Amino acid sequence: MTTVKKSSVSTTRVLEWILDHAMILIIILLGIYTAIRTNGGFVKLANIINLLKLTAARLPMALGVAGCIVLAGTDLSGGRMVGLAGFIAAIIIGAMSGGAMSPVVAILAVMVTGIAIGFVNGFCMGKFKLHPFIVTLATQLMIYGLYLTVSNSKQIAVSSFANQPMFYVSGQPVPWYVLLAILITVVMWFVWNKTTFGKNMFAVGSNEEAARVSGVNVLFTIVCVFMLAGALYGYTGFIEACRIGNSSATLGLSYENDAISAVVIGGVSFVGGTGKISGVILGVLMMQLIMTAMTFLGISGGVAYIIKGAVILVACILDMRKYMTKK
Amino acid sequence: MIQGQELLRMEGISKSFPGVKALDNVQLSVKAGTVHALMGENGAGKSTLMKCLFGIYHKDEGHIYLEGKEVNFSNSREALDNGVAMVHQELNQALKRNVMDNIWLGRYPLMKGLPLVSEKQMYQDTMRVFNELDIHVDPRTVMSRMPVSQRQMVEIGKAVSFNSKIIVLDEPTSSLTEEEVEHLFRIINMLRDRGCGIIYISHKMDEILRISDEVTIMRDGQYITTRQASELTKAEIIRLMVGREMTHQFPPKIQNPYTEDIMRVEGLTAQYSQLQDVSFSLKKGEILGVAGLDGSGRTELLENIFGAATRKSGTIVKDGKQIRNRTPRESIANGFALVTEERRATGIFGILNIQENTVVASLKKYLNGILLQSGKMSKATDSMIQAMAIKTPSQKTKIQSLSGGNQQKVIFGRWMLTEPDILLLDEPTRGIDVGAKYEIYQLIQNLAKQGKSVIMVSSEMPELLGVCSRILVMSGGRLAGEVDADNTTQEEIMTLAAKYV
Repeated sequence: MTTVKKSSVSTTRVLEWILDHAMILIIILLGIYTAIRTNGGFVKLANIINLLKLTAARLPMALGVAGCIVLAGTDLSGGRMVGLAGFIAAIIIGAMSGGAMSPVVAILAVMVTGIAIGFVNGFCMGKFKLHPFIVTLATQLMIYGLYLTVSNSKQIAVSSFANQPMFYVSGQPVPWYVLLAILITVVMWFVWNKTTFGKNMFAVGSNEEAARVSGVNVLFTIVCVFMLAGALYGYTGFIEACRIGNSSATLGLSYENDAISAVVIGGVSFVGGTGKISGVILGVLMMQLIMTAMTFLGISGGVAYIIKGAVILVACILDMRKYMTKK
Repeated sequence: MIQGQELLRMEGISKSFPGVKALDNVQLSVKAGTVHALMGENGAGKSTLMKCLFGIYHKDEGHIYLEGKEVNFSNSREALDNGVAMVHQELNQALKRNVMDNIWLGRYPLMKGLPLVSEKQMYQDTMRVFNELDIHVDPRTVMSRMPVSQRQMVEIGKAVSFNSKIIVLDEPTSSLTEEEVEHLFRIINMLRDRGCGIIYISHKMDEILRISDEVTIMRDGQYITTRQASELTKAEIIRLMVGREMTHQFPPKIQNPYTEDIMRVEGLTAQYSQLQDVSFSLKKGEILGVAGLDGSGRTELLENIFGAATRKSGTIVKDGKQIRNRTPRESIANGFALVTEERRATGIFGILNIQENTVVASLKKYLNGILLQSGKMSKATDSMIQAMAIKTPSQKTKIQSLSGGNQQKVIFGRWMLTEPDILLLDEPTRGIDVGAKYEIYQLIQNLAKQGKSVIMVSSEMPELLGVCSRILVMSGGRLAGEVDADNTTQEEIMTLAAKYV
């Protein structure tokens, strides 16, 4: 009897472990499966670097929206913000005819724009106690409208210097925005874990009232989280315009959904007050991996959407296990 | 701080809300090195007075002096910075963060010359406070992983870490075991010796008489008196609080005319808690008590019967038929009702009104086709307001604005409307003042008189002895024994409660 009981305990333990690490296991298994099916094509260096590039392009945006989700909120304005930022970057780079300083000026300009919009989002949420879903649902419409008005829906070509290689790995070029993404991630890790602002952000997300009675400036914290997110959206818009080589009305379309999905897959819970930078990285990587793997496997658009959606659901179900107490 | 010197003086404090004068010319004077009990029934104005002190409410009239200087705090943080701290009954903590993140929230220590938080210093400072107070908690533990009692200790540690001169403790022992209460009292004594002034709000007379030096009593928003604790007796305090003699703490027990069993529980074992092999029977019209230490499986027993927790094995037979009670929904249909332990968390719907809170469990009764009839609902609510003697301005009042006792009566009313045969009550008088407690006891006796059966869990032994006819004693998840309430002693119950610990 005892042995039976023991083995059943260890079986549940193994199961628990598998469920707790399900996302990383799925990534590994999916990678192996795709590699086998494509006779190793999937794990060729060129593809791995491509995966890394895609992850680096989307990571800053995810880090931005992750902060909003830690506040038990969300931010739907990111995608349209990317579109607007791409347009602004294209105009500036064009006006400076791609001069050496033009990327710096462009980055600064789009980040300031992002911060301004983030301020509006955060202020409406913190001051008027509106749910960020509603606030950003409204502002993303306004951002898109603003973009359409000033751009006349024209496509603008951007010199693609974002793709210029920074260094080579076995002859494969790695563009410089990968380095920037790493830098931003490191900075964000410090902001989240080691600064008063970061700790206040988690406290507000976990229990706003407790934060308030402890003397935390809740409004300021919320506004800053959204401004930081806005800055990162702006940066992402710049990178995307440069990477793709033009700015158009579809730039950034549904990026916010991808970012939110990635963040949630990475274990930043909508419950608020929890989340890790490492989780966000993992989530973005996972999303890109699934998308590239499906391309490699020749899975069509419709099925791909179904799989993407299912992955998000499963990830959230697994995540929610941690917050449920069994009775 | 000089012992005995006046630390805090509040005088002539008045505060009105639309239609109610919550505080009328109230005074309070707390001396250094004393524990000052603040007593009164719920609704007497104790918490309103404290909220005026902390600036959560703005007082209409009056003055507050801290060490002789007039102060007017505009929020709790400002009060904290000036050495006035409060440990709330409902803990206000960021549960997903760890202990030290909570303690230093709003004032994180920074590394020298860097905008980065110094975890090391936070850890050391937390350990210093905890060592001083003899609190054994790892500062890196996430709050939600700790029991309420430890979280409360953390909150006290936080108050001490501000070097507070005045510490307000609001019902600090309501979720503590006796051992933890002793620890708390040691901490309080230590703070007193240091010259702190402690304002102690509690309904537990024995504690008050043991720990406090002075007692201020309030009634209906008015200051009644301040006395030396040594001059007071329990009866005297009750008399001052309710303004009338209170000779009986408990209403007379009714003689149960029924002899037949209504329910038989056999071998009840829980899936996810330690509840193991509990068997007992319940008579019609009987009030059955469940005693035991915290964590002995009392709450789990009720939850398992009610289907709010997963059952592993065991049978429940009601009225001769085996029933399953797999979910609360099924149990309600089988004639059960559960009044939960944590009223705020699992009892009331705070922002909903009295009527919505009353009819929520019996909505089917007010249907006309597919629509609810508001006339029927308001009639049902009225009948419960009367039957339970609920004090409320109207049915449309939000339940969160009522006192704890009245909230509990609304919940009783809610379940009466489902017409249950068996009521499961988990700590039905927790955090309720003396007068309202008596009314709740009376309600329970009335239910029994109507032939309803009651299973009542309580950590207050006198209450079980005074209300129940028979008492089951739980220990370590098992049934340790059964005693006749009229022929037992607290010692006998305690011995049983320690049987499987």
